[in-house]
Amino acid sequence: MSADPAEAQNAAPHQDAARPRLSPARVLDVDPLLDDPKTRIVVCCGAGGVGKTTTAAALGLRAAERGRKVVVLTIDPAKRLAQSMGIDSLDNVPRRVKGTEGDGELHAMMLDMKRTFDEVVEAHADRERAAAILANPFYQSLSAGFAGTQEYMAMEKLGQLRAKDEWDLIVVDTPPSRSALDFLDAPKRLGSFLDGRLIRLLTAPAKLGGRAGMAFLNVGMSMMTGTLGKLLGGQLLKDVQTFVAAMDTTFGGFRTRADATYKLLQAPGTAFLVVAAPERDALREAAYFVERLAAEDMPLMGLVLNRVHGSGAGRLSAERALAAAENLEDPRIVDQGDGKAGLRNSPDTYGSSGTHAAEEPARPATETAAQPTAETTAEAEAPSAAETAATASAEGSPADTERSVDRLTAGLLRLHADRMQLLSREQRTRGRFTARHPEVAVVEVPALPGDVHDLVGLRDIGDRLAAGRPEHT
Amino acid sequence: MSRLQVVSGKGGTGKTTVAAALALALATEGKRTLLVEVEGRQGIAQLFETEALPYEERKIAVAPGGGEVYALAIDPELALLDYLQMFYKLGGAGRALKKLGAIDFATTIAPGLRDVLLTGKACEAVRRKDRSGRFAYDYVVMDAPPTGRITRFLNVNDEVAGLAKIGPIHNQAQAVMRVLKSPETAVHLVTLLEEMPVQETADGIAELRAARLPVGRVIVNMVRPEVLDAADLELVRTVERSSVAQALSAAGLGGARRGGNAEKLVDPLLDQAAEYAERYALEQEQRTVLGELDLPLHELPLLAEGMDLAGLYELATELRKQGLS
Repeated sequence: MSADPAEAQNAAPHQDAARPRLSPARVLDVDPLLDDPKTRIVVCCGAGGVGKTTTAAALGLRAAERGRKVVVLTIDPAKRLAQSMGIDSLDNVPRRVKGTEGDGELHAMMLDMKRTFDEVVEAHADRERAAAILANPFYQSLSAGFAGTQEYMAMEKLGQLRAKDEWDLIVVDTPPSRSALDFLDAPKRLGSFLDGRLIRLLTAPAKLGGRAGMAFLNVGMSMMTGTLGKLLGGQLLKDVQTFVAAMDTTFGGFRTRADATYKLLQAPGTAFLVVAAPERDALREAAYFVERLAAEDMPLMGLVLNRVHGSGAGRLSAERALAAAENLEDPRIVDQGDGKAGLRNSPDTYGSSGTHAAEEPARPATETAAQPTAETTAEAEAPSAAETAATASAEGSPADTERSVDRLTAGLLRLHADRMQLLSREQRTRGRFTARHPEVAVVEVPALPGDVHDLVGLRDIGDRLAAGRPEHT
Repeated sequence: MSRLQVVSGKGGTGKTTVAAALALALATEGKRTLLVEVEGRQGIAQLFETEALPYEERKIAVAPGGGEVYALAIDPELALLDYLQMFYKLGGAGRALKKLGAIDFATTIAPGLRDVLLTGKACEAVRRKDRSGRFAYDYVVMDAPPTGRITRFLNVNDEVAGLAKIGPIHNQAQAVMRVLKSPETAVHLVTLLEEMPVQETADGIAELRAARLPVGRVIVNMVRPEVLDAADLELVRTVERSSVAQALSAAGLGGARRGGNAEKLVDPLLDQAAEYAERYALEQEQRTVLGELDLPLHELPLLAEGMDLAGLYELATELRKQGLS
């Protein structure tokens, strides 16, 4: 699709005319990134539903098959993909993926957010205290449901995997948040919430109250605990207090942990890939994310644009395809003078009666039912059809077959028109992103008609990732 | 027709769009609907091409036949302050609490509390009457959290039971549950004809049913037009390349001979048809799965030009045609 003039035309008006560039976008080359031993963490982020998990898994597989020892941390993989990688059991530890080629190793795991949280507690508290925390209703609600816990635990797990140093490359998928930014914000929010002023107020009112100047806080606090106590029936607040007290004495502040993982993301050796699809919302998210990463000093390697459509027949415009489809569907036009029948039987054509006969069994039932009328009309309207009929077998009704081929061909043309319209929309959307962020390297991954759920499919995606070129480069 | 219509769906299936279209559809013929957003994403404002919605009910669209759509983006913090005000006449102390972060704290630590406030506000709008005793809104449509969280979100009673055993929040939860579990409520799930959203829809329905929450309809969104039907696809597999080339040539696309322009189109066009066939088969498979759910099934077309305000009216008309309003 890259050399296609029709596409170039489509894209052209949307290029930034004021700032001409030699190439519309830099090409993201994933292989050097994956091969570089200094690359230790690759984070795939982006809005939900753009193929992040598949991209992460495909990159992991590719890196492993190029000789690295890789672990892929997936958050919410499709069932069949998880099964094919052997990570559908929820034990929250990486499993070696069987069936990879080459010297490297691929390990994969699916994040169990509650279990990760539990493990953090168990690792840092003595058994008795851990049991008390795990049984605390507030802890249970926090660890299972709090918006942000998943992001926080993904970061926590990433920190753990990195600390183990068993793998030389970690590929992380990020939670399917409503916004890509949640991945960066939620851990901090949860961390500062758990470690915040209010929690400390709740847990150590006496300490604070004793200090001069802090009295007002104490007043606010008793008012607050009083109100919240009334509102929630008191029990909750007590649970929170017990929970925080237990947590606080057993391991360091949550914020510290969140900060440490955050630093890990800024460290050299970490690479961010923003994953998107060529749709308005997904690319808008991607643009926000690109800007945010820059603001946070986090190294963005590029944009993976999934599900990009192409066409082998890009020269045929949507308009021409539609007009041609109408020609085929409207017999009055088609059968006039030197219409289709003449063309069909011109010396140039190499179709034979034999082929028509061969098609007969494939004829759909509805066509067969309508056969007598179709045949007579066809013969009446297209004189040269008789010629074809003569060479065909008596019951072959080639005019009928011809009619269904025409109908099919019209359908093929309409399908193509749809494809070309989609393609030009995608070009426009992409053009808008590139105009805003010409500095971002892009790799395009062609759309696949079905889901990917085995290593062969992942390998294929990996090849496409490595070979992907934005057009006109 | 239930007066509280809850719309959920896997992320990316367009549940906000469907909720908005449903609110528009229900508002036709002089009815008044309230479209409620609970996740603070300002998705409704984006869809209706207006500025961000404040925490107040605001008219955002007029439906054909004089109906009106109001919208409300519920902010849980402000909702909590509302409640505190209602129950305790806090006045300035409320603001002090907010400043201290107590409100943020309270709505954050207890997801159940947050959900009670959100669903509570919606239920209040459902029950609200004007002076003459008429309902303030004929319908309330909620753009709810995604399928994975919907049961937990609606089942506030269980959620809160562990946290608040007595007190106004507890009572509030009880009142909310009475509305949510009654025929006054219907929970619709939006899906696409793809494996994961369909699986999630099936799981979500099982969860809703287990919690005895009223499941409404399944709405399949962004359905691609059927360009080739099963008969065409059968023919694609057997058709002679040459006869397709001839047909293309007859349609005026160049020579059918090998190397001719029409002939060169055959392979790419058949490739595209093969891709279409593969997707078609997958979609049919998902349709079968959805059919087994034993719920009313509706399909909304994929809008070729992308989603905009005009498209929203188009979908609303489609919903009305299919008898959803």
